[in-house]
Order: sequence, then C-alpha cells, then structure tokens
Amino acid sequence: MKWKDVALTGWGRTSTARTQAARAERRGEIETAFNEPGGEGLIAYGAGRSYGDVALNDGGRTMLTGRLDRMLAFDETTGLLVCEPGVTFKDLAETFLHRGFVAPVSPGTAFATMGGALANDVHGKNHWSAGSFGSHVEWFDLALPSGEVRRVSPEGDAELFDATVGGLGLTGIVTRLALRLTKVTSSNVVVREARAPNLSALMERLVETHGRDTYSVAWIDALASGPSLGRGVVEAANHALSGFERAKPKRAKRLPVDLPGVVLNPASIGLFNALYYRRIPADGRERTVDFPTFLYPLDALGDWNRMYGKRGFFQFQCVLPYEEAEAGLRKLLEVIGEARSASFLAVLKSLGEAGRGMLSFPRPGFTLALDFPRKSGTAELMARLERIVLDHGGRIYLAKDAALSAQGFRMMYPELPRFRAVLDRVDPDRRMGSDLSRRLGIRSDA
Amino acid sequence: MSGAASTGTGEVWVVIGASSSVGRAFAMEAAKAGADIVLAARDLEDIEASAADITVRTGQRAEAVHWDATAFDDHDAFVADVWRFAGTRRLNVFFAAGTMRNQDEAIADFSIARQIVEVNYLAFVSVATRLEPGLRAQKGGKVVVLGSVAGDRGRRLNFVYGSAKAGLHAFLGGWRSRLQPDGVTVLTVKPGFLDTAMTWGQPGLFLVATPQGAAKACLKAANKGRNEIYYPAFWRLIMLIIKSIPEVLFKRLSI
Repeated sequence: MKWKDVALTGWGRTSTARTQAARAERRGEIETAFNEPGGEGLIAYGAGRSYGDVALNDGGRTMLTGRLDRMLAFDETTGLLVCEPGVTFKDLAETFLHRGFVAPVSPGTAFATMGGALANDVHGKNHWSAGSFGSHVEWFDLALPSGEVRRVSPEGDAELFDATVGGLGLTGIVTRLALRLTKVTSSNVVVREARAPNLSALMERLVETHGRDTYSVAWIDALASGPSLGRGVVEAANHALSGFERAKPKRAKRLPVDLPGVVLNPASIGLFNALYYRRIPADGRERTVDFPTFLYPLDALGDWNRMYGKRGFFQFQCVLPYEEAEAGLRKLLEVIGEARSASFLAVLKSLGEAGRGMLSFPRPGFTLALDFPRKSGTAELMARLERIVLDHGGRIYLAKDAALSAQGFRMMYPELPRFRAVLDRVDPDRRMGSDLSRRLGIRSDA
Repeated sequence: MSGAASTGTGEVWVVIGASSSVGRAFAMEAAKAGADIVLAARDLEDIEASAADITVRTGQRAEAVHWDATAFDDHDAFVADVWRFAGTRRLNVFFAAGTMRNQDEAIADFSIARQIVEVNYLAFVSVATRLEPGLRAQKGGKVVVLGSVAGDRGRRLNFVYGSAKAGLHAFLGGWRSRLQPDGVTVLTVKPGFLDTAMTWGQPGLFLVATPQGAAKACLKAANKGRNEIYYPAFWRLIMLIIKSIPEVLFKRLSI
C-alpha cells in the first residue's frame, strides 16, 4: 500500500487530523493494510460526511474507501443489493429509483456511503416505521484487524454483527454488504406541510404521523421564544401512487469561499427562520416532489458547511425518551435561545424501536438536531446541553459529535461493556482507533 | 442477475487495463452510452466486480477476461475471445494498461526497466497488431489509447517511462494513418496528472484531474473522431513550453 500524508476533516470542520492515508481501489488492498506495520491504529474514511471525529485518526492511519464503490449483484424479486462500502445514497437513487426501489433508510445527505451508514447505524425520516440502517443489512464481509475477512450475519455471529452495526468503524473495515432495498409505488412523494405554533403542537403533529405517513420530519425555529418556543413546520410524506422517473443528477451549487462569520448572525438567522415558517400557509399545503428533493434538501448547496466560515460548526443531535421529551426539549430550546448561538433551522423527528447495534443511537423518543457555529462559548454551551440530555435520560448521536465527554458517553451508552468485550476478542492488539474512540475512552476509561 | 432494460447501441468496447481507475471509469461511461463491455486485466476478481457493477447500474452486458500485459504469447487467444464476444457488432478499443515505477530502481535493475517498456509500449504493439485484421475488416471502429505527457520529452526524472510512452505515441501516429482508409479512428490521449493509484502519494503533483473527467473527455473525443487530446487541455500549453526549451538548457534542469 502507498501511504500519503494528508489532512482530513469532519463535515463540521471543527476537527482535523493529520494522518497517513491509503486509498483502496481493490478489496484485496484492505486485507493487506492490516498486515503492514504502523502502530497508531487504522480507521476507514468514506465520504467525509460525519460531522465530528468518528472517521478521523490524527497521528494514525486512515483507509479511504470511497473508490470501493461497485454494485456487485441485485435481485429484483427480493430487492437485495450486494455492494462495496463506498457506494453512496446518490448512487442508489440514480440506479434504482426509476426501477421502483429506494434505500430502506436514508440520512439527510445522499453523499454519505453505505459503509458510513452501517458504522453509524443511520436513521431517516421513516424511523418510526422502518427502524435504522442496520436492520436492513442481511450480512457484510468484514476485514478484521487480524487481516482475516469474515462474512458476518445476525444468524452467524450476532455479537460481532451488533458490535459492527453502529460500531463506529472500530471492529474492522467492511468490504462488502448485502442491503435490502425497499420497493415503492412511485419515485415521487406527496408532501403535506403544516405549521405548528409552539412545541407541544409540533410534537403532537409529529406523533399523529405515526402509522399514517411513511415519512415525517419537523423544522423548528430555534430562535423563537416565549409562547412561540418550539414553533415550526411539520412535513409528512408518502410515496405517490404511480409514476417512475430517473433521479436527475443535479449539479449542486457550489459555495466557492468560506462565508465570513458575521454573515450568519442572530438577526439574519432569525429573519430566515421566520420566513421559513411563514412561507407555509396557515392552513397548510400539499405538493408533489421527487423523492431525492424531499430527502436531501441541503444537498442542493454542495458545500453548505462553508456557510459557517473557516472555524466550522458543531452539530448537536440528541434523542430524549418520549416521557421526558417535552420537558427536556423545552429546556434545551431555552438554553439555546438564551445563548443566542443557534443556527438555522433545527430538525425534530420522532424515533421508533431502538437499533440493534450495541452503540446504535436510535431509541424511542424525540430527536433534536441543530448546528452551532464555533465561537467562544460554544464549548460551554455544548457541555450544558450534554448535562440536560443526561438529566432527561437521553443520548447524543456520535456520528454528529465532536464535543461529548467520556463520562457522559458511558452514561448514555450502557451497552459499552458488551461492545468492549467484542473489541477485546476481534482486536486484542488495538489495531483500530479513531480520534473519537480516544476522546470517549471507548477501549478503556480515560 | 437482472439489470435495467438495455438501450444498446449495438457496439462493444473492450477496455484493456480495466483495473486502472481510468479504465474502470471509461467502461462505465461507454456502458451508460449503451455499449456492451469486455473488461481485460490481470486481476480477474477485481474486473469481475467491475463487470457486475456495469450490469447492475446500466443493464448492459459486461464480461471480465484475464489479460496479462507481458504474456504476449497469450494475446492471440485473448483477441479471439474479444471478437467472439463482439460477434457481428462493431468493436471499439480502449487501452489503459500502464505501469510507473521508481526511475532510479529501473536504472539499477534492468528487469524493472524492461517491465516499464513492455507494459507501457510493447503490450500495446502486441495487442494492436493482433486486433488489426479484424478492425480493418469491420471497416470502422474507434481506438483510444492512453499515452502520457511524459512521452512528449524525455525528462531526467522520468525518461524510462517517458521513452516507452514516446514509442507508443509514434506507433499510434503511423497506425492512425494506416487504418484511416478503413475508417478506423485512433485517438492518442495524453493525460497530465490524474488522481489514480499510480500517482497516489507522489510528491510534486499539481492540478490533479479525476479519472471520471478523463474518461468522459476520452469518450467525447473518440465520438468526434479526434486524433490527439491532452487532458486536462491546458497540458498542451505546458508541454509546448517544455518542448520549446533548448536542449543545452533542458539538460541542466532537474525535472
């Protein structure tokens, strides 16, 4: 393997790693990488769409897997796709949407890879009905840190399967996976949008979609306060009854420079959020859009992360159990509002059954996500939010995270001891590692 | 395996050196345009995966065939296989096989120098001469070959590789003229720095272009019947300048 010194960042651009990187173009290269010396550990890096440091390995080694992006077999009768880890959700849409199949679960960007989706056990706007990504994976081939490649399925080695789904890339590198795509009636979705004037109304409207709508998501104006605290727009969507069109490979608009920090200030963001809320008529509206436009609104602006300027931004995403959700969300929104630090829209979704991964993020409850431009005081704010999440029995999503404390992590992810036991079995020499695994003390208490 | 409905152009491209990122990208572009594909390279498992990828994504037929650049005696059988796959359909050829090795190692060890010349030059001569009767007989078809800007002038740091590519360019010039009466077009592609496994980790590269961009440019130029392109196009200007440096001066440059 040829190793090259590169600097990699997470999507939020708050974390940077200087690392020795190799770029696999053939599956065999991954197996050999484990047999080459290099003491500081290895992590896979796909499309670079995780926000924080989950795929970064400062001072260590990184395997770039984006070029392992081939689809190896597809069965129209079962929807089973076998592919390499670098295949993206965009690839899936361009290949299968017009043929009536979609990714069973999709994150908010189509640029993410299947390997990343598995390692973070991602969820989408249909979590209530479909669960998270890992529940649609039939098996995967995993290059273990020993160099051995093993086919892993829930029937064969459930422990290793559940450690790898949502396992942050720490059990090895996935070289192939079998994913069940979902058959749909149309490449278009009918989207209903409705305003909700405050938090309880918004939560109620989201819960109403359960069992009725395939997809649902809400956008919160995180700067609204007082009686309007938590006001927002709920989108519920279902596939249209017929009609298949090809996913149009749209050219994303580029943001050629980092915006200066002053452009996004509380006044401009507040104005934007208010306009976003008021564009929906008071009695709601309904429209039909192509599926990728509904799923990936931010992809229209190719590198929107540059909006936050050179210093980058943190994304905060947590889930709070249903019984604690309203009190917790209220607290979070109040603290965020006081800090005058919030970003554009916050996203609120409701989640169903917990993911099967030991470190899977999803569990029943409401999940809130929003961005914070990095500036002085942001770290303190993130720490306060972490505290509130803990107080309400919630957890923070590691795919987005760059700020969680090791202690907070241990309390939020009670299956950690089981996860560690699997790592001790498959990676006794600690050949895998990442900035996140060290920050959170995943292998041993920090 | 089932794929999308084929919209076939009724043409076939054989992509030789199909494990390279440019070869792989070109095969996908040609299949998207409706051609069936033969992928040829030494790593059969790798190109079988690429063949499957083409079929799943485009619905076109794709087949992987073992091809070793320096196993010249096997090239007759290989060419026969390719014609069998093409049947009565028009065959087009994309040649992307190549290897780059450390120059000092090549000078110190003749077997390395020999490998550079064989893979980058002789392998094409071997395949081209064997393909020629069929190409002329079908009265048409396109041949696209990856040369290199390194073949435009022998440089101190890369002249063993460069000389093989220079030989390739000269061969292509003559062959183009010979095939012209039969309607077969020959395109010489001179890439600058491409972001491939060959260049990964090499120091001193600038303005590195993607294999997908190169593949698209190759297909477009071939469809237009062009004779020679640089990719990215500004390399024509860079090489014009490099070629115009007087030898008395050039021999003192450590480039």
